[in-house]
Amino acid sequence: MPELEGMFGPEVEEEETLGRRDFFTQIGVGACAVVAVASGIVTLDYLEPKVLFEPSTTYVAGSPLDFAPGVVVPNQEKKAFVIGGANGIYALSAVCTHLGCITRYKSDESAIACPCHGSRFDLEGNVTHGPAPRPLPWLDVSQDANGNLVVDTGIVIARGKVFRP
Amino acid sequence: MTVGEWVRNTSVYRSVIRHGVAPTNRNRSLIIFENLFLHVHPVKVREKTLRFTHTFWLGGITLASTIILVATGILLMFYYHPSVPQAYRDMKELQYVVDNGVFLRNLHRWSAHLMVFSAFLHMLRVFYHRAYRPPRQFNWVVGVVLLLLTLLLSYTGYLLPWDQLAFWGVSVGTNMAKQAPLIGERVRFFLLGGNIVSENALLRFYVLHCVVLPVALLLLISVHIWRVRKDGGVQGPPDDERRSP
Repeated sequence: MPELEGMFGPEVEEEETLGRRDFFTQIGVGACAVVAVASGIVTLDYLEPKVLFEPSTTYVAGSPLDFAPGVVVPNQEKKAFVIGGANGIYALSAVCTHLGCITRYKSDESAIACPCHGSRFDLEGNVTHGPAPRPLPWLDVSQDANGNLVVDTGIVIARGKVFRP
Repeated sequence: MTVGEWVRNTSVYRSVIRHGVAPTNRNRSLIIFENLFLHVHPVKVREKTLRFTHTFWLGGITLASTIILVATGILLMFYYHPSVPQAYRDMKELQYVVDNGVFLRNLHRWSAHLMVFSAFLHMLRVFYHRAYRPPRQFNWVVGVVLLLLTLLLSYTGYLLPWDQLAFWGVSVGTNMAKQAPLIGERVRFFLLGGNIVSENALLRFYVLHCVVLPVALLLLISVHIWRVRKDGGVQGPPDDERRSP
C-alpha cells in the first residue's frame, strides 16, 4: 500500500515527539492519579480523630506521707500502682505487658499477678513468671501545689527513678 | 387458558422474563444467562458434581450461613445503638424483652460460628482434592481473602455486645496489632479511633462489621462463585477426575 505511506506524517517524527492525543491522555491519567493519591491521604487524615474525649491520664494518689516503704496502692480505674519503696516512691503501670489485661496486687505474696495468662511481677515491675515479655513500665510521679502525689499514666520514665518528696 | 399461562402472557411478565417456557436447550440456557443472580453459575453441570460426597457442600453451607447472617444481622440492627453504655442494654433488651430477639441473636451467633467452621473445612476439602491447582490458583487466593474477611467480621462483631468478654477480647487483639513493627501504634490508634477501647472503637467496629466488611465479602463471594464456572466447574476428588474422559 505505497499510496498510504506518509498519510499520518513521517514515521520517525511520530516516535520522537508526543502527539497531542497522547499528551492529553497522559495529562488526564496523571490528574486522575494525583486525585486518587490525594483523596487517599485526605481520607486517612479524616479517619484520625483530632479531639479525644478520653479520661485524663493523671490522677492524685494522695500525700507522700501515706507511702511508707512496703505500701502498695492500686488504682483500678487509672490502671496503676503507687508503691512506697525503700529509697522513695514510684508508680508502676498495672497494664500487663503480655496482652494488656489489668494486673492485681497480691498482698499476701508481695507480688503483682495477671489474671488472664498467669504472668507475675515483683514490686519493681520485673517479670518473675511469663508469658509477659517485658517488665511493667515505671510511670511519672510529681507533686501538685498541695503537696499531693500526681501520677501520669501517659508518661513512662526510666526504671529505678524513684520520687523523693 | 390456565392462570399460569395468563400471567406468562402479560406484558409485565414478558418484560421481566423474555424467554419462553418450552423445554428446549436454548430456553434452559436463557434461564441462567438472563438472570443476574443465576448467571454466575454454569448452564450445565455434571450430575456427579452435585453429589454430597463430591464437595460435602461445604462452600454452599458457608454461603447459606452468610445469607442467614446478613438477614439476622439487619434485623438485629433495628434494635442496636453503637454507643456506650446503650449497646450493652440493647443486647440485653434483645435477649429479654424483644419478641424472638434471643432467637435472632443466637441464630446470628451460631451462624457466625458455622461460617468460620465450614469455610475452614471447605479450604481443607479444596486442598485435599487438589482443587487449588491451576487453573484454579486465583480462586484459591480469592478464597483466602474471603477467609480473612470472615475472621475480621467475627472479630469486629465480637466487640458489639460491649460486655466484659468483648472489651477484653478487643483490648488483647488491638494490643497484638500494636506489636507490629513501626506502624503498630498507628494501626491500633486508627482501629480504636483513640488510645483506649471506648465509644470511638465501638462505632468504628460497628461500621466495619455492618458496612465495610459485608460489602467486600459479598463482592468477593460473587467473584469466587463466578470463577468456579470460569475455571471449569467444581473440582472434586482427583481420582474421580482422572477416570473421567
